[in-house]
Amino acid sequence: MKDTNKKWAFIFVAANLVLFLLFFAWPALLGVYYSLTEYNGNVATFIGLENYMNLFQDPSFYKAMSRTFLYTLIGVPLVYITSLFVSVMLTSNHTRGKNIAKIIFFFPWLVSPIVVGVLWRWMFGESFGFVNFVIQVIGGNPIPWSSDGNFAFVVVLFATAWAGTAFNMLIFIGAIISIPRSLYEAADVDGGSGWQKFWHVTLPSIRSTSFLVILLAVFNLMKEFPMVQSLTNGGPGTDTTFIVQYIYETGFDQMRVGYASAASMVLFVILLVFSLLQFRFAKGGKVNE
Amino acid sequence: MNSKLNDKFATTMLTTALFIVALMYLFPIIWLLLSSFKPGNELFSYPLKIFPENPTLEGYAYSWQTMEFIKYFVNTLIVAVVTTVLTVLASASCGFALAKYNYKWLNVFLICMLATTMLPTEVIMNPTFSVILELNLYDSLAGLVIPSISTATGIFMFRQYFMTVPNDILESARIDGANEGKIFFQLMLPIAKPVAITLAIFSFQWRWNDYIWPLIVLSDPNKYTVQIALRSIVGADNIDWVLLLSSSIISLVPMIIIFIVFQRYIMDTGATSGIKG
Repeated sequence: MKDTNKKWAFIFVAANLVLFLLFFAWPALLGVYYSLTEYNGNVATFIGLENYMNLFQDPSFYKAMSRTFLYTLIGVPLVYITSLFVSVMLTSNHTRGKNIAKIIFFFPWLVSPIVVGVLWRWMFGESFGFVNFVIQVIGGNPIPWSSDGNFAFVVVLFATAWAGTAFNMLIFIGAIISIPRSLYEAADVDGGSGWQKFWHVTLPSIRSTSFLVILLAVFNLMKEFPMVQSLTNGGPGTDTTFIVQYIYETGFDQMRVGYASAASMVLFVILLVFSLLQFRFAKGGKVNE
Repeated sequence: MNSKLNDKFATTMLTTALFIVALMYLFPIIWLLLSSFKPGNELFSYPLKIFPENPTLEGYAYSWQTMEFIKYFVNTLIVAVVTTVLTVLASASCGFALAKYNYKWLNVFLICMLATTMLPTEVIMNPTFSVILELNLYDSLAGLVIPSISTATGIFMFRQYFMTVPNDILESARIDGANEGKIFFQLMLPIAKPVAITLAIFSFQWRWNDYIWPLIVLSDPNKYTVQIALRSIVGADNIDWVLLLSSSIISLVPMIIIFIVFQRYIMDTGATSGIKG
């Protein structure tokens, strides 16, 4: 009996096992190997750690990396706060028309990253966009949204918050509606204000959900690529070129596969550190509760 | 009395705030939609008008002729539908095994699946490309389908769900002489229908909107998916906005239909799927 179950268990996971080996384990090992070679698509010559040494002296790598960190550092809180704000509003007793509002906030989830880029590019066009038009109507000077690196960065952040709210909102709403009503009633008895209830009841109760949302957001932003491709194409210059685009351009456009793979490995280690940190904190949270 | 008035005031204020924010979220898409009905000469003429003065479908006719949308839609649909069916089956069976059998190697495999979330394709594009070449999947739709079948999210969704199913049900089916395959297909898969539908919607959205896999795998324009075709317009040195605006709207239609049909399943996600923290 037991033995046939083992056979069945294997059959059930077989598809995923094969796919794991082919499209995860194999490329991962190949990536480690490539990162130790000089490889342009034809011949791979083993060069040890040279790629890594060059990488850490390469200003363009540092720029892509620091831009990615900055983007994550500002973008993650932005996504977190907007999603939470929207979710609290959508679960409040004091709002009407929740269903239609929820659909509006969810809509961006249907929109592909490429189209998100198109949308915001169209909104923020320097000489034809709606935003600069409004600025001019109210008497301001048009802002160089796409020719100034910092402004382009701001547009990328807008687009990120817009696109990232939908899914996180669903997760937050799920968590908020499962908070026991009695906690709020107790706060009412103590005469707590709406803000106090949010700060002392809602926020602590959704702690583990917050960790999940932040972890997902960190991952999504660290590997941002498609949306920026169509929004700014990494420009002006390389001011909005993030690390995945850097890896893509190095590996495919310039055919420096070994070098690009070394950058991949660095990114992998960073993502690994993030998730281990997160895991620790999230676990700590559960112990405290 | 006073508190009732206060309540009313708060409701009005918060509802207004909610809809101002909602309007801000809605506006970019409305603006794109309205712009797509403007003739080319109206698009850039200041002062901008919110509503098109001479609404026209020219842009749509133009993009329908210029872009081979039918072809891109068919390509993307094939990939999205085939992948989705296989993803649901593979994730359900794998999630079932991980939830209901107790072997050490299964736990190891669970950790392996967790690891895949940390090293996504975006991070290892070059080695993935080599593997695609090696397996003869380059420039084929199969090259988009096969690697995308496996998803840790899907497996975890099913695992969470099957863990809540009591073992007694399995045991009594076993006593009745059903083998494990029969138990899975006739008993387990039907009761996991809500999870299957949720994952199917997710998978379809992932594939329809995917950019990175087609970018790596495809080169023949006849095999382009919708997103890659759009990217070819937006990546041009001089963007043809008339073409881009209407094409973008066209590309949204299938997802909007899916949303309208399956709204209930999508909106309940946070509460049902176990993606909860």
